[in-house]
Amino acid sequence: MIQLNVNGKPQSVDVAADTPLLWVLRDTLGLTGTKYGCGQALCGVCTVHVDGAPMRACVTPVSAVAGRKVTTIETADQSRVGKAVQEAWRKLDVVQCGYCQSGQIMGAIALLSQNRKPTDADIDNALSGNLCRCATYVRIRAAVHLAAKSLA
Amino acid sequence: MSTMQIENVSRRSFLQGVAGLTLSFCLPALAAPAAAGKTAAAVVPFEPNAFLRIGSDNSVTVIAKHLEMGQGTYTGLGTILAEELDAAWKTVRIEGAPADASRYNNLFWGPAQGTGGSTAIANSWDQLRQAGASARAMLVNAAAQRWKVPAAEITVRDGVVSHVPSKRRLRFGELAAEASQQAVPVNVVLKEPKDFRLIGKHAPRKDSADKTNGRAVFTQDIRLPGMLVAVVAHPPRFGATVKSFDAGAAKRVKGVGDVVQIPSGVAVLASDTWSAKKGRDALRVDWDESRAFKLGSEEILARYRELAKQPGLVAHQAGDTDKAFAGAAKVVKAAYDFPYIAHAAMEPMNCVIRLSAEGCEVWNGEQMHTGDQHQLAGIFGLKPEQVKINMLYAGGSFGRRANTKSDYVVEAAHIVKASGGKAPVKLVWLREDDMRAGYYRPLFHHTMEAALDASGKLTGWRHRLVGQSILTGSPFAAMVKDGIDAVSVEGAANLPYAIPNLRGDLHTPKDIDVPVLWWRSVGSSHTAYSTEVFLDLVAKASGKDPVALRLELLGDKPRHSGVLRLAAEKAGWGTPLKPGAPGTRRGRGVAVHESFHSYVAQVAEVTVAADGSLKVDRVVCAVDCGIAVNPDNVRSQVEGAVGFALSAALYGEITLKDGAVVQGNFDGFPLLRINEMPRVEVHILPSTAKPTGIGEPGVPPLAPAVANAIGAATGKYPGRLPFVTAELRA
Repeated sequence: MIQLNVNGKPQSVDVAADTPLLWVLRDTLGLTGTKYGCGQALCGVCTVHVDGAPMRACVTPVSAVAGRKVTTIETADQSRVGKAVQEAWRKLDVVQCGYCQSGQIMGAIALLSQNRKPTDADIDNALSGNLCRCATYVRIRAAVHLAAKSLA
Repeated sequence: MSTMQIENVSRRSFLQGVAGLTLSFCLPALAAPAAAGKTAAAVVPFEPNAFLRIGSDNSVTVIAKHLEMGQGTYTGLGTILAEELDAAWKTVRIEGAPADASRYNNLFWGPAQGTGGSTAIANSWDQLRQAGASARAMLVNAAAQRWKVPAAEITVRDGVVSHVPSKRRLRFGELAAEASQQAVPVNVVLKEPKDFRLIGKHAPRKDSADKTNGRAVFTQDIRLPGMLVAVVAHPPRFGATVKSFDAGAAKRVKGVGDVVQIPSGVAVLASDTWSAKKGRDALRVDWDESRAFKLGSEEILARYRELAKQPGLVAHQAGDTDKAFAGAAKVVKAAYDFPYIAHAAMEPMNCVIRLSAEGCEVWNGEQMHTGDQHQLAGIFGLKPEQVKINMLYAGGSFGRRANTKSDYVVEAAHIVKASGGKAPVKLVWLREDDMRAGYYRPLFHHTMEAALDASGKLTGWRHRLVGQSILTGSPFAAMVKDGIDAVSVEGAANLPYAIPNLRGDLHTPKDIDVPVLWWRSVGSSHTAYSTEVFLDLVAKASGKDPVALRLELLGDKPRHSGVLRLAAEKAGWGTPLKPGAPGTRRGRGVAVHESFHSYVAQVAEVTVAADGSLKVDRVVCAVDCGIAVNPDNVRSQVEGAVGFALSAALYGEITLKDGAVVQGNFDGFPLLRINEMPRVEVHILPSTAKPTGIGEPGVPPLAPAVANAIGAATGKYPGRLPFVTAELRA
């Protein structure tokens, strides 16, 4: 049994220690907002927060996050920054297929939690590991700026 | 092949057609009361037709017959109906239609239900306006009856029916029961475009909320009681089969249950995805590769180059091309190569199937309802109507889920069948499975020749294409006429330029066993490139400005000219570009192309560094897609198309080596990243024409516009995609 703290709730899961956090979230805990895209930390769609920092859940063994605070898209709206990011995303209708957007949003929240006034270069640095096949990048950039403005 | 009877549908009415559309004004009725998704609050609902349900709680549910795979289709379909209904947009919700081609067929696909070819809005335009207007009339008649006033005195706005003289008003829900007693009107008056309140205005997307909080349900997210997850070992080469396998190690993985052989490989079933993957990786399979395809991309291309030396089947011709070339003062020649390319949707292919006493139930990002129903019916010995399909959001498709062979759906069915149908199965393709499964945009080789007379006038044009057919052997084989697959030559055979003598011909190799499929914009993904980049070479050879030459040749094509002029004007065509950093070269390039009856021109600004690496700084787009139902979504689609197409132009390539696919994940098949995304401006031409496609038409002009900008900057016009930056070194 591995003890986890996911979205503020203690959880104990009976899985192999090498199981990626992604599959524990999705298959064991039913938190399907975090998506599978590549399994090798190449696309960022599985981005979650571990102790507030963005992590690729698909290559993070569940044993590595035992006792640490894991936050997923399902509770993103519980922080002021998360709420601002989601509202900006909706205001600008960023999404298309939507499959990568949980990861994009978790990445944006992590950025804005550290940097309330990111430049385009800051956004590039923070989000260039988050692929979007629909290429919603123009609006992702605009939404991060809009969220920053609403938080100012 | 399936019994899908769509063979006789003409190309125009099938994939692209708005022309000649015949609309049945007899709207199909809603399903029996067992229709899914009803809320308890919505008792005594008003179900005037197959596309609408109004609950007594004032909810307005629009039933979408097309897949939402990112293109804003649900929102667009809802907008059209809500406009004529005069519903309040915020009360509208969208529900995916069941698989039932008798009511939900794509009107451009004859009797088949499905989504593709940028047809969702175009084929639904008249149908959903009619559906909304008809329901509105029934609500008005119900109110007139209750209030005993003439229907003509009643107005409707934002979901409220009013009789102004007597100051009475009722919400839709309050009239639902009485409206359902009204006769369905035979003729209804549709709104004049000037009275539109939603169409052409801003209607926010209906899927934004759920796609930003993790609640949107994709196939990957389905979990049924007792469901098993299947991960499959596929052969390393197309055409290989299972000789034998050893499941011992796989079965020792905790969580793994059955290991079953299926026609496309060996499937490992487990309680969860990770166990299934570990089981699959532990599996030992001996493959029979005696009939496998073993050529590499370079060998295929070499063969195509040989074929291109000989004439092919004529796809289009006018005038006397040989004479034009014989009398030419100057001949311009070029060749263009296009690789296989994967769709690489962010959600790898997947499918959930459960067998029951009644038939089978499918959960899928469903793009080909009728074809998939027939395929599954065949496998399970069912009638097609016993195949119930739950159409979920698709995490992208770009053509991949509209598979003419239903490949991954069929694979899921075989797993269910081979495992005895005991448990529901979710087939999960891991990224590598998805990337190596084939069904790529076919590899193509083009050769081009232009004849110029002594005054520099373009008098002759030869275009030869070599590449596999997508439609041969598919349910759409009727679109292959006299050996010419319409989608191999689309965008080339309908070249818009007035050139007196031209000839296009095609070689369709039949011995290349790589599965191919439509990839966002299909034939135009390569024909727009060869025609538009070559035209810039012609402009250069004749000393003409690329925009001026195009306008000269587009004399009788006002919609092409319209977008070209607008894009050129907004981009500041003809004004000097600001110089880049020292050592860099900058250029501006243009391209215009029609696809799916929409017209798009793009002007790209590019900076090329000394080492040949390049950055696309800005892309100005002008679009004529008829009436823009949702202008913000049109902009969004074109922005995304620019990024999608740029990704292909810079990186998109699937390579075969001895028949095996080299790339497996995003390290080998990179996608465009946010730091590489150009600034994009989208300008929409006002129009009163019926809406045409917007999911695909933004793709074709991008790569040629960028290539022409590279040409302007460096003098080198790339002859292959993706660009080889080493060739662009200073």
